Amino acid sequence: MAETAAAPKNVKFVITRQDEPDTAPYTEEFELAYRPGMNVISALMEIQRNPVNAKGDSTVPVCWESNCLEEVCGACSMVINGKPRQACAALIDNLEQPVRIEPMKTFPVVRDLVIDRSRMFGALKRVKAWIPIDGTYDLGPGPRMPEKKRQWAYELSKCMTCGVCLEACPNVNEKTNFIGPAAISQVRLFNAHPTGEMNADERLDALMEDGGIDGCGNSQNCVRACPKGIPLTTSIAEINKQTTKHMFKRWLGV
Amino acid sequence: MRGFYSRKIHSLLGVIPLGFFFLEHMLTNFSAVEGGASGFTDSVLWLNSLPLVFFLELFGIWLPLLYHGVYGLYIAYQSKPNLNRFNLERNWRYTLQRISGVITFIFIVWHLYDTRVQVALGNVKHEELGGVMHNIVTQPLMLTVYIIGVLAACFHFANGLWSFLISWGITVGPRSQRVSSVICLGLFVIVSFMFLFSLVTFRDNEFQATASAVQSLRSLI
Repeated sequence: MAETAAAPKNVKFVITRQDEPDTAPYTEEFELAYRPGMNVISALMEIQRNPVNAKGDSTVPVCWESNCLEEVCGACSMVINGKPRQACAALIDNLEQPVRIEPMKTFPVVRDLVIDRSRMFGALKRVKAWIPIDGTYDLGPGPRMPEKKRQWAYELSKCMTCGVCLEACPNVNEKTNFIGPAAISQVRLFNAHPTGEMNADERLDALMEDGGIDGCGNSQNCVRACPKGIPLTTSIAEINKQTTKHMFKRWLGV
Repeated sequence: MRGFYSRKIHSLLGVIPLGFFFLEHMLTNFSAVEGGASGFTDSVLWLNSLPLVFFLELFGIWLPLLYHGVYGLYIAYQSKPNLNRFNLERNWRYTLQRISGVITFIFIVWHLYDTRVQVALGNVKHEELGGVMHNIVTQPLMLTVYIIGVLAACFHFANGLWSFLISWGITVGPRSQRVSSVICLGLFVIVSFMFLFSLVTFRDNEFQATASAVQSLRSLI
């Protein structure tokens, strides 16, 4: 390992911090020794271990959220060098320096990089993103799902409610109540399921309420930002089709 | 619920009837290229000889335009462009759709004042509209304003059609949306070319005759 003998490199971080939900944000700089394979989460852990900023003053450790550390839980979403993404998958080797880390301000900031994603879970409840099969007796097996359909539906099921698509969307902001791409894609997923399909109209009704699918402006940033590569714009267009059909059916009383 | 329907109506009106009127306007203007001053005057007179022309204008142009324009301004106000973070082609089109919409709205109000409002006030006759346009586009500044306004309207029309196809669930997958992008881009080029060609044609001296008639009429009054 000849490389380890080279002079130690440093990595610079500019982190946007906020002490309380209603206090003003400010930035603080940190400088850490480079370690091979380090990512944004391991850097934040390093700051937690030794909370000293770039000026050498000791400071309060930076708060953040993370769980799985393998880009499947959606907890560590933050804006890194201007792009909303998962911090656990943001390798320092692939980032321009200084690494600028901010919270996803589309959501209420709790503290530092911790945000409150409640609105996303509220959205899933609004559109009934589940299949109601609970009852007092065994309903037996449901209808089978064709394998071809299962394959694309599986892609939609990868959504981890991370909120990156809402942060990327120019129509999700304080002036609108647009539900965002994630919940719309979940409606497509549950409406595609042979059992979930039985309650398809309820989910479409929910998306035709205030703040529903009409909030989409087709900027298509969501599909480019999604860390799971979910075809969000296809889902939105498909639900546009389903809600349009549903609208005419309701009018004609079919 | 209200939001859903008002947005759907906004989207529908943009194509039917406004999109169709836009194309009709393009063809009428192009008759100036094909048939010169007399050709253009004939087209204008034919259009105004249609039965129930007042109601055609009211329900086919003015009311849809008012709704689409005012609701469109509200949609533009609600957006928070983020090109600095997402410098992507579709995001540019999203942003330009809103900017071009605002430009087009202002331009149309102005253009209507120059033409249709003057006809309504009795200051200009239908046969003199070619002359009115000649007077406008022979001024370099006005010509520039008109070129910007026309290009904004053409973009808003073509890209709006692309967006309409998605909003009504006609183009669903990425491939169909890519194909419709190319078709709408082609439409933008053709429509812009035809409008601009007519605009330049109005600079011809043959439109001067009607223009001088208007001027002498004005000086008389």
